[in-house]
Amino acid sequence: MNREYETVVGLEVHVELKTKTKIFCSCSTEFGAEPNTQVCPGCAGFPGTLPVLNRKAVEYAIKTGLALNCEIAEVSKFDRKNYFYPDLPKAYQISQYYMPICKNGHLDIEVEETKKRIGITRAHLEEDAGKLVHQGTITSTEYSLVDLNRGGMALLEIVSEPDMRSAQEARAYLENLRAILLFAGVSDCKMQEGSLRCDANVSVRPRGQTELGTRVEIKNLNSFRALEKSIEYEVRRQINAIEDGEELIQETRTWDEEKQVTRAMRTKEDAQDYRYFPDPDLAPVYISQEWIAQVSESMTELPNQARQRLVNDCGLPEYDASILTLTPATLKFFDEAITKYNQPKIVSNWIMGELNRLLNVNNMEIEDSRLVAGDLVELLKLIDAGTISGKIAKTVFEEMFSTGKKPEEIIKEKGLLQISDEDTLKGMIDEIVAANPKVVEDYKNGKEKAFGFFVGQLMKATRGQANPAIVNKLLQERLSRE
Amino acid sequence: MALTSKEVEHLAILSRLALTDEEKALFAGQMNDILEFADKFNQLDTDNVEPMVYVLPANNVFREDEVIPGPTRDELLTNASAVEEGYFKVPKIL
Repeated sequence: MNREYETVVGLEVHVELKTKTKIFCSCSTEFGAEPNTQVCPGCAGFPGTLPVLNRKAVEYAIKTGLALNCEIAEVSKFDRKNYFYPDLPKAYQISQYYMPICKNGHLDIEVEETKKRIGITRAHLEEDAGKLVHQGTITSTEYSLVDLNRGGMALLEIVSEPDMRSAQEARAYLENLRAILLFAGVSDCKMQEGSLRCDANVSVRPRGQTELGTRVEIKNLNSFRALEKSIEYEVRRQINAIEDGEELIQETRTWDEEKQVTRAMRTKEDAQDYRYFPDPDLAPVYISQEWIAQVSESMTELPNQARQRLVNDCGLPEYDASILTLTPATLKFFDEAITKYNQPKIVSNWIMGELNRLLNVNNMEIEDSRLVAGDLVELLKLIDAGTISGKIAKTVFEEMFSTGKKPEEIIKEKGLLQISDEDTLKGMIDEIVAANPKVVEDYKNGKEKAFGFFVGQLMKATRGQANPAIVNKLLQERLSRE
Repeated sequence: MALTSKEVEHLAILSRLALTDEEKALFAGQMNDILEFADKFNQLDTDNVEPMVYVLPANNVFREDEVIPGPTRDELLTNASAVEEGYFKVPKIL
């Protein structure tokens, strides 16, 4: 990274709210339905229909605002954003421009042990657009197909201040925001399914300069990795352009996942002129202090409160606490496990290590896995009892993860019981020692490695099932007699 | 604040309208009449007047979050000018 330049990033995040129906009509929002089967004359934009606001969508917006330390507007209303595009049948999107429901909030992030507060400019309600299907690419297609199932779904757009100074900070912001939204229970936040979407505004400026550089908006970021990589790419591209004396233009670029580059989509010259104006079809929303208090009372633990609890009450390091509070399902798994097995750090190690590794490899969330907290506890108790070794436990865990079977069942099936019987082990040690006289010599000459060789041979012979503590003890006794 | 022909052209593009030069002149005149009329509001003293949010004496008009099934797909697509495999079919965009 060029040290003479400073990166400036702001994020616009669109969150699909978890309402059962759309924001202005009673159509279902169920994911994955056949095209155009969850559409009514209202969300299809037929003349003569009128929008009626979903109370739950407002409630979720208030909840999100409170979780993000925002001011909740006493009066909020809707405006029309006008543009022509086939995924928008009314030729305008109902959004909130002049009087958004939430503003002036913040959330805290931590990158490389430095805490930082990121400002949230505003959060406003709007309707989602439909989905377009092209034959081939958007430019080569003969025609496009429109599915309006998604059209009219409730979205909350959350706009940050340009407070982030690196791709890592942007990623941390999005991860924290996602955690808060999940804990508040307002969205599923599945980036792959599009219920959490993110655009990044990126610029660079010479260090020390106060005014912002020319800003580029990056679209099509559907993973944390894409967000991080695209910002890194864009910063390099902008610095190179400045160094080469080129003038940067304010434009919208798209992230090309395959080539790992950003590509120009449209410039400011053909920037949209949305001609916002108040939507006369919708009455304003008055939000009373009582309503806010009601929503506030219904809220459960948020990620930062949970983090504090894990550090203060469970004695976990900050790092563990931040990983365990990334999703409510992870925290629930941890909490359930420690009520039955009060060794928080051991449980945390298994979740952060083996469990997260398997989830990543299989591209899964904890709630999609067949593993339950009680089974991890059973496994940990079997290790403590010496029934299996810690090493074998990892094999058993993998099997539990993929089959959902109980640990005892797997141990029995696969014959993985730990061998702690001293007579059995003594017999095996005798054989190995007798078969390797040269290594015995090495050992007597003080070579540390020789001892490890014997342990290794024994583990191999028992397929890792020998009890390591007993092996060590017996082997020491045996070799001291040589 | 008379509209220039450039602004009329810009509005025509935003509205996806192809206008002849005669039409541009005609609409520029009509729109200027409208703007002039609306300009009369600027003669009012609104210093201590809160901007009006909504014309009718109504607020908090809500629906509960309950699903009501809509029309079948065939009914929905009845009036579409082109359809393919349950989708609305539209001309290419770019």
